[in-house]
Amino acid sequence: MEIHTLHEFMLHTKNITYLLMGATLVGFVCYWLFLTGRDKKIRKY
Amino acid sequence: MHDANTKSGLFTPGNIITGIILAVGAVITFIRFTQGIGAVTNLSDNNPWGIWIGFDLLCGVALAAGGYVTSASCYLFGMKRYHSAVRPAITTAFLGYFFVVVALHYDLGHPLRLPYPLVYSQGTTSLLFEVGLCVATYLSVLFVEWSPAALEWLGLRKIRNVVVKLTIMLTIFGVVLSTLHQSSLGALFLIAPGKLHPLWYSSFLPVFFFISSMVAGLSMVIFEGTLAHAGLHHKMDETHLKEAEGVIFGFGKAASFVLAGYFFIKTMDIAMDNDWTYLGTGYGAWFLVEMFGFVALPSFLYALGVREKNVTLVRIASINAVLGIVLNRFNVSLIAFNWNLPAADRYFPHWMEIGVSVFIVTLIITVYRFIATRMPVLYEHPDYKDAH
Amino acid sequence: MNRRRFLTLLGTAGVSTAMSAVGAKKAVAAGNQSFKGYKDSYGVLHDTTRCIGCRKCEQGCNEVNKLPAPKVKFDDLTVLEKSRRTDSNNWTVVNKYNVAGLDHPVFRKQQCNHCLEPACASACFVKAFTKNPDGSVTYDGSLCVGCRYCMVACPFNVPAFQYDEPFDPLIQKCTMCHPRIQEGKLPGCVEACPKEALTFGKREDLVRIAHDRIRSNPGRYQDHVYGEHEMGGTAWMYLAGVPFEAVGQQEMGTKSAPEYTAGALGSVPMVVGIWPVLLTGAYAISKRKEKVAAEEREEAVQAALAKARDDAAKALDTALAKAAKEKDAAVTREVKKAMEQAEQAFEEKFAALRAEGQSAENGDDGEGKEDA
Ligand code: SF4
Ligand code: SF4
Repeated sequence: MEIHTLHEFMLHTKNITYLLMGATLVGFVCYWLFLTGRDKKIRKY
Repeated sequence: MHDANTKSGLFTPGNIITGIILAVGAVITFIRFTQGIGAVTNLSDNNPWGIWIGFDLLCGVALAAGGYVTSASCYLFGMKRYHSAVRPAITTAFLGYFFVVVALHYDLGHPLRLPYPLVYSQGTTSLLFEVGLCVATYLSVLFVEWSPAALEWLGLRKIRNVVVKLTIMLTIFGVVLSTLHQSSLGALFLIAPGKLHPLWYSSFLPVFFFISSMVAGLSMVIFEGTLAHAGLHHKMDETHLKEAEGVIFGFGKAASFVLAGYFFIKTMDIAMDNDWTYLGTGYGAWFLVEMFGFVALPSFLYALGVREKNVTLVRIASINAVLGIVLNRFNVSLIAFNWNLPAADRYFPHWMEIGVSVFIVTLIITVYRFIATRMPVLYEHPDYKDAH
Repeated sequence: MNRRRFLTLLGTAGVSTAMSAVGAKKAVAAGNQSFKGYKDSYGVLHDTTRCIGCRKCEQGCNEVNKLPAPKVKFDDLTVLEKSRRTDSNNWTVVNKYNVAGLDHPVFRKQQCNHCLEPACASACFVKAFTKNPDGSVTYDGSLCVGCRYCMVACPFNVPAFQYDEPFDPLIQKCTMCHPRIQEGKLPGCVEACPKEALTFGKREDLVRIAHDRIRSNPGRYQDHVYGEHEMGGTAWMYLAGVPFEAVGQQEMGTKSAPEYTAGALGSVPMVVGIWPVLLTGAYAISKRKEKVAAEEREEAVQAALAKARDDAAKALDTALAKAAKEKDAAVTREVKKAMEQAEQAFEEKFAALRAEGQSAENGDDGEGKEDA
């Protein structure tokens, strides 16, 4: 796709960014669980 | 579950006023959805946004910030003392956001297409898209955060326990989403540098909106506490009453200092944009009223109240601060917006627009009372004390 | 501590705002793309020095777009006495400006300027606006939610809304006659103009023509083509003999609409990436503090307990030694007494420590206040 305007450029980049943001939030949760997977169980809320 | 209060006569003055407001609201709603927006508003091509955006959306979202502020300070920053304040704050936040979305239906030309930006055609370059996405997600997060109250009421222990396990994650998501949409509401106006008065326009509008949303959240928790104490005292348990004072002074102290920071960044913005000369104009005077009467003054009142351990003073300060937030949102979206149009083209709300806003606020209060008199919001459910 | 972290974060947000604005531009340069818009796109040049305010363009627009018949006929020029703007039934309007020091009025036509970087398109959250390769900016009403943010965003106050339409209210604005251009025809207004005040053509050519006119007619024009750079440039451009402010055209920066929002949009992913880390950090720190405090409390109690036991044992030893030395029955009673005393002292100390430990717990919470 050829990009002619800054508007189109931003539309393209933000589309990707929003998808990445969703993945990031899910990724954080998974990674945190992995990171603390071997910790002793402490009381959680 | 019913208590004496709800049974003691339906025709109390409070209920009669509520009834009248709801009836008038229903009539306006009917006119709005059969005759069009033009029939009930003073909106025009030059003034596409009125108080339904300036008050219902901008103020509504800012004043519902108590949810993220309280849950973050309790669960993330380890201030367990504020625990009893979390549920009421989450409840009001949830209702606030819910009714913001309800109110939006009045303002939109095609209310049924509200999900379009999310599911059908994503205009990701728009700050409004950001706001819409975050508000929709945050509303769901708030619903889940709030649901234990309802689940305890309904006695659904299993689901409730699962939800309670998610608290930390939900709180973090809540803060992230709140940061984003609170600031994006300010960023909505970045695209109109020519229409918003330079004293209010700033490339830091999103930061200003975010910082002031913290003040709004803190102040609303204190202010709502005042109202709830007056009306629903009998529903509060000992912990709530005991911790209430700590909440008032703790939040008052925080609000005072955040307001101070807000005052400084607003001042520095004037310097960075070199807007000093505008201070000498009429708009400048109005700007100074906002800065000194509704930022510096509440900050100082809070400080005095906290130093003197004077609950009443802190409560007065909270009202002052809440009014300050409303004033700021009105200034940005209505009063200083379109400032260079001739007076004849300026906007003043139609009484029916105000009627809808009053109607929505009344709905929020009514539903809050319904929830607070039935569900464990202002007290801990006896069966679930341990799990907090 | 928490507040400091908070402020740092805000600082970062500010910096990232600035950085992402730069970033957007860099990407443009790095990708070796200048985003000059569509090549060979069209535009219109409006020469206000030729315009006689006959409203023929308004009529032409009304006819080709099949807009509702006007309340006042198009040949009635009295409407010019009042300043008008575009609305849902009038996609273009001509206004009269009485300029001080000039013996004749100046007329200027207003319609959508078909920006190269349209603010309306940037603002619309359902992509209802499209910048077409022919230069026009068109609107798709089947997507529109009716939020009217495009009207807030448009720097030229162009889009209008059908406020009186209850069920299908839409935005209305000039399309630069996109359908006609596709058919190879001229826009309705350009075709109707009897004075050639409107020139349709490729935008690049129009810029050249405009500057040529300025150069070859000294004194006739302001040396400024309004729209060449305003808000990143527009497809419709204007020439005037008087300062543009006098014909109702605000001075506008050359920055285009998306540039104003790039910073704020750019900091959104930064917040999503960094906030969870910092917040989880805050949570972990407060959890850790709680745990350490609990451990310390436990340790202190244990140590005190041990010491008290020691003391008791010592007292017992001394007493026993004493008893052994004197070998007296009365002394044995003494021993008993001493033991009792020691035990009591131990009990007291223990109770005191307990109480201390508890108050420490409360004091700990008290500190938390600072951090809200
Ligand atoms: S003039 Fe206004 S409506 Fe027309 S393209 Fe530019 S921003 Fe959009
Ligand atoms: S009113 Fe319609 S076209 Fe305008 S910004 Fe909203 S959704 Fe887009």
